[in-house]
Amino acid sequence: MKKEYVMGNSAIALGALKAGVKLIAGYPGTPSSEIIETAAKYKSDSVYIEWSVNEKAAMEVAAGASLSGARTLVTMKQVGLNVASDPLMSLAYVGVKGGLVVVSADDPGPISSQTEQDTRLFGEFARIPVFDPSSPEEAYQMVQDAFEISEKYNTPVLLRPTTRVCHAYASIEHDEDFSPKEYEGFVKDSSRWVIFPRLSFANHEKIEKRNPVIGDEFSGYPLNKVCGSGRKAVFASGVSYSYVKEYIQDREDVILVKISTPFPFPDKFALSVLEKCDEVLCFEELSPYVEINLQRLAGIHKLPVRIFGKTTGNGRLSGENSAEYAAQIVGEFLGDEPAEKIDLSDMPELPVRPPVLCAGCPHRGAFYAVKKAVEGRKAYFCGDIGCYTLGNAMPLDMTDTCLCMGAGITMAQGFSHVEDDALCFAFVGDSTFFASGITGVVNAVYNEADIILCVLDNSTTAMTGHQPHPGTGKNMMGNVIDKIDIIRILEGIGVKKIVTADPLNLEQAIAAVTECAAEPGVKAIIFKSPCIALVKPSGKMKITDKCIGCKKCIREIGCPAIILRDDAVTIDESMCTGCALCSQICPVNAIGGNCNG
Amino acid sequence: MDKNILLCGVGGQGTVLASKLIAASAMRGGETVHSAETIGMAQRGGSVTSHVRIGDHAFSPLIPHGSADLIIAFEPAEAVRNLQYLKKDGIVIVNSNPVKPVTESLHDTGYDGTKMISYLKKKCENVIIVDGGELCRKAGSPKVLNVALLGTAVGTGKTGLSRENVLEEIKHGVKEKFLELNNNAFTIGEQIGASYEIK
Repeated sequence: MKKEYVMGNSAIALGALKAGVKLIAGYPGTPSSEIIETAAKYKSDSVYIEWSVNEKAAMEVAAGASLSGARTLVTMKQVGLNVASDPLMSLAYVGVKGGLVVVSADDPGPISSQTEQDTRLFGEFARIPVFDPSSPEEAYQMVQDAFEISEKYNTPVLLRPTTRVCHAYASIEHDEDFSPKEYEGFVKDSSRWVIFPRLSFANHEKIEKRNPVIGDEFSGYPLNKVCGSGRKAVFASGVSYSYVKEYIQDREDVILVKISTPFPFPDKFALSVLEKCDEVLCFEELSPYVEINLQRLAGIHKLPVRIFGKTTGNGRLSGENSAEYAAQIVGEFLGDEPAEKIDLSDMPELPVRPPVLCAGCPHRGAFYAVKKAVEGRKAYFCGDIGCYTLGNAMPLDMTDTCLCMGAGITMAQGFSHVEDDALCFAFVGDSTFFASGITGVVNAVYNEADIILCVLDNSTTAMTGHQPHPGTGKNMMGNVIDKIDIIRILEGIGVKKIVTADPLNLEQAIAAVTECAAEPGVKAIIFKSPCIALVKPSGKMKITDKCIGCKKCIREIGCPAIILRDDAVTIDESMCTGCALCSQICPVNAIGGNCNG
Repeated sequence: MDKNILLCGVGGQGTVLASKLIAASAMRGGETVHSAETIGMAQRGGSVTSHVRIGDHAFSPLIPHGSADLIIAFEPAEAVRNLQYLKKDGIVIVNSNPVKPVTESLHDTGYDGTKMISYLKKKCENVIIVDGGELCRKAGSPKVLNVALLGTAVGTGKTGLSRENVLEEIKHGVKEKFLELNNNAFTIGEQIGASYEIK
């Protein structure tokens, strides 16, 4: 046994390895990305790991391995589960053989996501069990329990940590034997593994009869916990339990209940508490999930208990909970005196620190080139998911839409079909292009759309921490493979006009855009330049005494390395990477000094 | 021993390493430790915080408002931004050198940190103001601000951490060729902490 201080995501990886996982597949997404990265660090040689091209691919890869009997783990963030939902919904009907656990990390807040969807509801929708850990320590245990349940009931199982569990650190004492559990191999049986309407109908009924059995088993699950006494109870789940526990500590005058398995709901367990109570408060994040289940139980069993929570105005409808919010809501419920607070109402205005594209980021050059090339014309800029969403910030102001992975390419087509006087641009990163951009390009060529696709190829998945992808020539098993070439993909699809440009060479980049904007049909510009976080800076720029102080460099590109010092335009050398974009904008050639290291 | 220590600053200042050193030092002393980082969109230049929770009564991954024994602020505005976490008699250690937002050149707000420092003094009994730039010059490198501020915290005697354990963790946590530099920075910081009279 070894004791290590690790992040919640690492605890999940270690738990899965301890459970004998054979195959791990996933797609990066905050807050889930470190699960695969940790597993890759600790695994034995016989464990297979991949960054899949997207979450749907990951789910299907895992499904195949599971049908061979191997234990498999699939990781993603909550919006990734939408991408993977097609195989997951069907797999729930077909069932699995080797344990298959899906980690879908929720992001209340949201801190770095498009939605605040609640994976507990997804589990209920898919009719598969869900585990909801309240801490890294629990996540370590639960992922192992999830494998057991998955194999016992031949069903995929969801583990749903949230950001504050994924990114919290704790000491985990873990096994160091990470050899995969033995498995039988695939046994052909088309009546079992080929989904047909008749099979779905039969299995649906079995699943509905099975779930209450799992609910009963969960009623005895040790991590569904009760402590305290009295006629009032607080029900909590996930990290919200930790917030309530922080407030209640060892108090004995209230019952504290933790729901660790939201679906199938542990009815008997919850009922045993409800029957003893006059009033119950539900404290949970996102959906009033536990609350509605308690209302259901109270209704069926005609219990004289009042249930408070989000549906009664005793809980926020969106965003994340916190220890202080628990103190407020639980304190009110228990009739406690509110704690004295430091009065900060007279706080001076704080500087805002919005995220911006890094100094030297090649995306800045690409956005600026497009902006300049189409100045004065009607043009729409469809963005996508990645660092380049920050292209929306002033002064670039170059992202008009952003919806979900890959949507920029297809939304641009929609604009082009209904507004034929507009230039419709789609910006997509290289990783997003592979994840969900390619079918959009096929759609554009097939349906004769009129769009300009800008692939911002920085040779990495930058936003989530520089994971490799099919275009990087490396995979998660550490192998060097042939890079999958974006230009050849586009050629293969039938894109006739493909231009490559260096986004940091302004003249060349503007010329590429001008050339593409002049032609009808599907055009593509590959803006190729590596992520600045991965390469050595080429030097530092310097502002010479030719500077006339017009501040055009600041107004036009918003590079964080260009600052005002005593009202003089200055380069912050600690940030500048020598990309030289600013020197190409200066009207009096006052910026120089690049590329001498 | 229950202690809550909050570290805050701006991305790139080294708050994360300092929080890891605190966590590791406490564990070396046999304590249970939990911590959490809020790094937002992880961009350089954004606000960052690390919450270190020592002891067996910590359940929330983040320190509850009004519960931090110590705030170690690498930047004046970040100290004020996180002041709600401070305990009534808690200590604020703050680097007086401001970090302007990266968007400052676009929208000049005239931010220079002075209003923040006077606000801290008005609101808290114990504010230890450290001139980070001066301290780093004395220590010989701009990169040791984190270890120097950690030294100041340990110097107050209010972290519950033993000096030996912290030095041992610094030895594990930094490259050998930078060890002397960091030890030196720690000591310089420690003296500031030790000479401050806590009210």
